[in-house]
Amino acid sequence: MTRTVPALAKARAVRLPAVSDTVLDSGLRVLAVRRPGVPLAEVRLRIPFAAPAKGSATHVARAHLLADTLLSGTEQRDANEIAVALQGVGATLSVNVDSDRLALGSSVLLDGLGGLLALVGELVTSATFPKREVEGERDRLVQELAIHRSSAGVVAREALFARLYGGHPYAQDLPLSDDVQLIKPKQLRALHAARVLPAGSILTIVGDVTPARATAAVAKALAGWTATGSEVLMSHAETQVSRATLLVDRPGAVQTTIRLGGAAPARTDADFAATALANLVFGGYFSSRWVSNIREYKGYTYSPSSGLDHPLGGSRFVAGADVATAVTAPALLETLYELGRIATSPVGQDELDRARRYAIGTLALGTASQAGLAGTLSQLAASGLGVDWLREYPKQLNAVTVDDVLAAAARWLAPTVLTPVLVGDRAAVADSLQGLVELEFG
Amino acid sequence: MRVSTVTTRNLSYAISRGRLSNGLRVVILPDPTSPVVAVAVYYDVGMRSEPEGRTGFAHLFEHLMFQGSANLKKTDHFTHVQGAGGVLNGSTHVDYTNYYEVLPSTATELALFLEADRMRSVALTQENLDNQVAVVQNEIRVNVQNRPYGGFPWLQIPPVLFESFANTHDGYGSFVDLEAATLEDAQSFFDRYYAPANAVLAIAGDVDPDQVMAWVEAHFGDIPKRKGGSPAPFAEPELTEERRSVVHDTLAPAPAVALAWRTPDPKNLTTYLPYVVLTEVLTDGDASRLQNRLLLKDRIATSVGGYLGIMGEPLDARDPTPLLLEVHHAPDVEADTVIRAIDEELERLATQGLDQDEVDRTVARMTARYFRDVDPVLGRATHAAVFEQQRGRAELVNELPGLLAKVTAAQVKKAAGTLRTDNRAVLELRPGSPA
Repeated sequence: MTRTVPALAKARAVRLPAVSDTVLDSGLRVLAVRRPGVPLAEVRLRIPFAAPAKGSATHVARAHLLADTLLSGTEQRDANEIAVALQGVGATLSVNVDSDRLALGSSVLLDGLGGLLALVGELVTSATFPKREVEGERDRLVQELAIHRSSAGVVAREALFARLYGGHPYAQDLPLSDDVQLIKPKQLRALHAARVLPAGSILTIVGDVTPARATAAVAKALAGWTATGSEVLMSHAETQVSRATLLVDRPGAVQTTIRLGGAAPARTDADFAATALANLVFGGYFSSRWVSNIREYKGYTYSPSSGLDHPLGGSRFVAGADVATAVTAPALLETLYELGRIATSPVGQDELDRARRYAIGTLALGTASQAGLAGTLSQLAASGLGVDWLREYPKQLNAVTVDDVLAAAARWLAPTVLTPVLVGDRAAVADSLQGLVELEFG
Repeated sequence: MRVSTVTTRNLSYAISRGRLSNGLRVVILPDPTSPVVAVAVYYDVGMRSEPEGRTGFAHLFEHLMFQGSANLKKTDHFTHVQGAGGVLNGSTHVDYTNYYEVLPSTATELALFLEADRMRSVALTQENLDNQVAVVQNEIRVNVQNRPYGGFPWLQIPPVLFESFANTHDGYGSFVDLEAATLEDAQSFFDRYYAPANAVLAIAGDVDPDQVMAWVEAHFGDIPKRKGGSPAPFAEPELTEERRSVVHDTLAPAPAVALAWRTPDPKNLTTYLPYVVLTEVLTDGDASRLQNRLLLKDRIATSVGGYLGIMGEPLDARDPTPLLLEVHHAPDVEADTVIRAIDEELERLATQGLDQDEVDRTVARMTARYFRDVDPVLGRATHAAVFEQQRGRAELVNELPGLLAKVTAAQVKKAAGTLRTDNRAVLELRPGSPA
């Protein structure tokens, strides 16, 4: 018996959360949203931390160690007291850094929000970077980097970014062990003093608390954060296209790690929505052509995916798949075929409509929890976008035509604008690849 | 800086339930806050139930459930869910296999239809079976074979801690076993374990419970009752002496060591939850006993982790289940140095105990983390489904924080006393090839 697939019910109008947006005298911007649910508050603090054009590698190393040791002591508390205090209010507090920003992310029991913010206030004004802790974390970071770099995905990512960004700081966003070994505590204190500034920083709070109360709590707890200075802006990252395919040798590897990357439009660019949809139809979700081709029909791989991300120096497109060594060349062939196809032939109207509904639907899913909403608002704010974008973007998506997708794909997804990198067993894969692409060895 | 009271922080989500005449259990958690819904189906079969000679079959079968069903062709399932603006996945665990969608609530009935369609019958072809064997082999390559520490310790320590095939075998599967799988195997696995009476359906989100129940009746109600295979007990005797083993990892740059003990039966929360709290007392954050000792004081480790259940899911596993500690350390530190420090800390905890204050602040963070898990509709649906399946009590979604708050320092001390040297498994990972 054939049964009919049920139709979708009619969607209600999107209701945007009310975001209170306040810039304190110090320059710190505070976004607050009341969202009932579980008795937690989600806190995100982004502090601009762009590497300078000169001395970028040194900055990257110090920035990572600063993130790893920020919780090692303040003028008021030692590392253990900080850890105990965090537990006491049910808080997790992560500190991490990337090429653009230092980020503190926390979720905390609602009645512990004041205590958590007080600790954040100490961390941004009086972190001490004690010698013993800095040395311990320094050795640990060196170990962690070695472990990290033993992964094929990390090797591929580093090789891709080095090719893509040349001399720009984005070319190397993980510290080199040699740079880490040299770091002294006073250098971390100096970096903290110079760069942990309220100017340009954004603190986002989402939870079952009124925006007025949340903002007042931030203003009180961070009243002492008055350091002056202006934000260092990330310079524009010009991407370079390498025609040759780089093959990094990983002897004996049972898979080849394929990555292709290039520039992409920012969320504010006119062809962003069309590019986002082109990405989805190509390889950006499970129902895409590329996944269907190399996974569901050919079985070359488990997890192919492509996506757009938005560092402040310039957005990028990256496609990645880990394929069985024996099928490396055919998998790359199908990848280039699917990129070429979307860049040269119109997508089907039904493919476009599905991708559109997915893009709009997942936007709603991503903001349907306290943590999801906090993360989304924090990221949008860093790119200069407000909560209105959650309403405007679906409108842009709805206006995209098949021709728009073709134009966007031709500009951003064509094989000729992407830089390819492979990490795999050179002895096993090089010969068959030579027939398909020009190889360079790394 | 302390939260005034960590007493009862129970949640109050509305929960309704039903049972169809074919035995399917249904749990509904309505919540109009956001226009989204999660639909989760839990089948009471996992890696422990797969037959000898078919390692990895439960997981392979999970893949096959996406390859077509009574009214759907290959790729249709994905296309329908994602084309409605939703996300989906499935995963195989030691004691269950789950399938779920999170979608705009306008697609609630669609999701129920799709899950009902594959509970009714799975449509298999040799071509799709061959394809998914290749996909799963690539999953194993990317997650285990081409990855440093791949499978450490979750695939490698069970044979050291346990005896029976069910408890020790590699649930990802050997390539030989995967390639030996047949369509007949798949059909009989489906018939035996994917019966409505062997499943729990949970729905959380922006729905009207009466409307949902009517849709469930309409789409699942006429799936024939099949004789459900309830899971066999997997109990086996405890270890009576320490067991040690070594694995070599050519991709790993530095060594690691894992220790594992059996816990009491998770079914009895009163005697089990102290172990859940103990694990966090030992390993959650810089203030925890082992992180503090190994990372901050002795500086002999790179990372220290601890978890309950082979896959790190303390409330999702049946008996027998382990408490695991995993420590990564520098090449110039001996594994025994690390183990000795752990032994000293366990001894200290078992003899001197701990303040209730240490338990309370540990529980405060566990509670916050739990809240964060159940705030999204998917976390709520999956917790409700597994609580209903393994404990007959979806209400634990609301009650768990209160139960955690009742754990006492004396219980945690007593639990620590059972983590002895003579009843544990130790697995060392050494970088490089065997000498």
